[in-house]
Amino acid sequence: MKIHKYDTVIVGAGGAGMRAAIEATKRSRTAVLTKLYPTRSHTGAAQGGMAAALANVEEDNWEWHTFDTVKGGDYLVDQDAAEILAKEAIDAVLDLEKMGLPFNRTPDGTIDQRRFGGHSRNHGEAPVRRSCYAADRTGHMILQTLYQNCVKEGVEFFNEFYVLDQLITEVDGVKKSAGVVAYELATGEIHVFQAKAVIYASGGTGKFFKVTSNAHTLTGDGQAACYRRGLPLEDMEFFQFHPTGIWRMGILLTEGARGEGGILRNKDGERFMEKYAPVMKDLASRDVVSRSIYTEIREGRGCGPEGDHVYLDLTHLPPEQLDAKLPDITEFARTYLGIEPYTDPIPIQPTAHYAMGGIPTNVEGEVLADNDTVVPGLYAAGEVACVSVHGANRLGTNSLLDINVFGRRAGIAAAEYSAKADYVELPENPAQLVADQVERLRNSTGKERVAELRKELQETMDANVMVFRTEQTIKTAVEKIAELRERYKNVSVQDKGKRFNTDLLEAIELGNLLDLAEVMAVSALARKESRGGHYREDFPNRDDVNFMRHTMAYREVDADGKDSIRLDYKPVVQTRYQPMERKY
Amino acid sequence: MSTATLDKVEAESAASPYITVTFRIRRFNPEVSDEAMWQDFEVEIDPKERVLDGLHKIKWELDGTLTFRRSCAHGICGSDAMRINGKNRLACKTLIKDINPAKPITVEPIKGLTVLKDLVVDMEPFFQAYRDVMPFLITKGNEPTRERLQSAEDRERFDDTTKCILCAACTSSCPVFWNDGQYFGPAAIVNAHRFIFDSRDEAGEQRLEILNDKDGVWRCRTTFNCTDACPRGIEVTKAIQEVKRALITRRF
Repeated sequence: MKIHKYDTVIVGAGGAGMRAAIEATKRSRTAVLTKLYPTRSHTGAAQGGMAAALANVEEDNWEWHTFDTVKGGDYLVDQDAAEILAKEAIDAVLDLEKMGLPFNRTPDGTIDQRRFGGHSRNHGEAPVRRSCYAADRTGHMILQTLYQNCVKEGVEFFNEFYVLDQLITEVDGVKKSAGVVAYELATGEIHVFQAKAVIYASGGTGKFFKVTSNAHTLTGDGQAACYRRGLPLEDMEFFQFHPTGIWRMGILLTEGARGEGGILRNKDGERFMEKYAPVMKDLASRDVVSRSIYTEIREGRGCGPEGDHVYLDLTHLPPEQLDAKLPDITEFARTYLGIEPYTDPIPIQPTAHYAMGGIPTNVEGEVLADNDTVVPGLYAAGEVACVSVHGANRLGTNSLLDINVFGRRAGIAAAEYSAKADYVELPENPAQLVADQVERLRNSTGKERVAELRKELQETMDANVMVFRTEQTIKTAVEKIAELRERYKNVSVQDKGKRFNTDLLEAIELGNLLDLAEVMAVSALARKESRGGHYREDFPNRDDVNFMRHTMAYREVDADGKDSIRLDYKPVVQTRYQPMERKY
Repeated sequence: MSTATLDKVEAESAASPYITVTFRIRRFNPEVSDEAMWQDFEVEIDPKERVLDGLHKIKWELDGTLTFRRSCAHGICGSDAMRINGKNRLACKTLIKDINPAKPITVEPIKGLTVLKDLVVDMEPFFQAYRDVMPFLITKGNEPTRERLQSAEDRERFDDTTKCILCAACTSSCPVFWNDGQYFGPAAIVNAHRFIFDSRDEAGEQRLEILNDKDGVWRCRTTFNCTDACPRGIEVTKAIQEVKRALITRRF
């Protein structure tokens, strides 16, 4: 075991982590621990753009953006946070441009903007051009630009270090962050990083679904590390299903395709979104469009022999426009489906895409231990966190914005904290939990296989807690997950070595996914209403009287060491906008 | 199992799109042996699936020790560049049907970088060359309050080289790099090009001097391996030629 000491440790090197690292490195001795090489993060898969009311191409302002964000989130958004997001969006985009990001340009040479789902002028009047973009590779450009600036600032990276435990020490009755424990993939060595401040920026949890746009590596490691140490997870029942994933594969096809004029059609060629969202049509918010697609499929208007998908039609758009604005997604259609999008519609289905919930934080990125108390020295930003700017449903282009605005805030806040704070003493045997976990898995002779359990988990999640949910389906999922968690105790790995043991890491990741899937299902079971991405067929309406509140899920361990989930609730911060019926 | 179920299984397998494919994989694990060796695996797989799906099938069902890097699985993250049937490609962007599954499909680590285990190589020299070309925007004077202006034409000038995902498929396909790891390699030059030809950047001269080095652009023998290998379709050799030309004319 090695012990390292840094002022600030950042877990994850995607957009949020690197944006935080640029700020933290200027102000404090900082280390970034990342399970992948920095430019491998899934930020790079984001396509369509980053929202900011620059008003470069038409009238716009941050207040309209705030409203759209709150409405898009079905009023579960904390409005103070949404206001910060929309206000700071403008500088966040300009900062990236100054760092070198090659945005597409208007004829005047300013940053070009395009339409995106749920973004409107004047509180829902009509779609507005608010998404700043670089073709359909905006996430790629953000990731590259941030990495370039990390190189410029001399940010110190520990590549292929998996953070598996969050160290918390109680000082005078206050739980404080003491550091993290990481597993080095190359050597199998365990490292303890003592740090005054820790920032989680480790991304989402999408791999508990089968059809997902998420990378294989998005296994909720940060959420799981904090949750296991008794910290709450907020709003985990809210997961976004992106309307346009490649049929069966789940690979993302940007909403920018509809922003450029693409149309969703059923087997009769009908533009069905006109029925469900007369004003915004194909550019309604993602939860609305995904439900509409499944309604078409269920009512027998799906395409293909099994009627299990619909079409994204780009054939009426000029090939030059596709080449210039949507080069990557048209190539995906050619590579993976053998389809020519100039002439043929693309088969799509909703794909599990984004966790609205996560580690609860305030607007400075400080992690909450309960509804009011912060954990000194602990921060989170990006998809791992829940501020909550996305509420019950995130708007497209608001996540690339979130990682930049709140990544920056967390980086500054953490470094300022570590400048004046002292190190917190490490707990006794700080690496114990990780060492035990690794040894148990390496030496296990159990008969259960990681891949089989993961497959069963993904299948139950797709079948039972996806776009449509009922008490019965969620209960089925809860029972199945409990069974899988039990079987997980008998899981073993074939690779017993120390060097690049990805077999072992996949087993650990599965453990994280199982814990988080359970939190998601249990939180969803208790929310007896429909709101944003959480749709209960048995409770099809939003219930502001009983459920205008955030879920807070805690892991409790009884005297026998058996764990369970305790649910609590946290009020939603409402400032200027009163809940209204949501129509697009 | 009842007969009815058996019949159903048989009926399904009759219509199955699955074929048997042999993957011939270069294995190396210094914890076990100092020698690398070839190992064959047979898997039942739909040929419309990716080589990465085949590798996963082997790892998840046959041999958990098989080790490779991967993440996004659709050609964006750059983790899984490998040598497939003798050519550098991303395993997640290569469909089995496109590389003649009737014969064994060979999979090896990319060349020119030290193999650490199976298909995993040491990427550090690759990233060091990248860092050496100052891959970040450098400007002088005061920052504007709004964005810097750039015409659509100026933006288009370096569009091709912004697509790089740092997968190393190009650099590790280059015979010059195989023979001399000191050579910057195509990827570093591509990333220098991305800034040299960005109208906003003011350090083009410095980057050109770095690439004027004995291990710089002049080592390129224009074999076009890099262009063939690039999974993003970047015209790598053309970018290198443009940097060479800029060094001669000092115009960019």
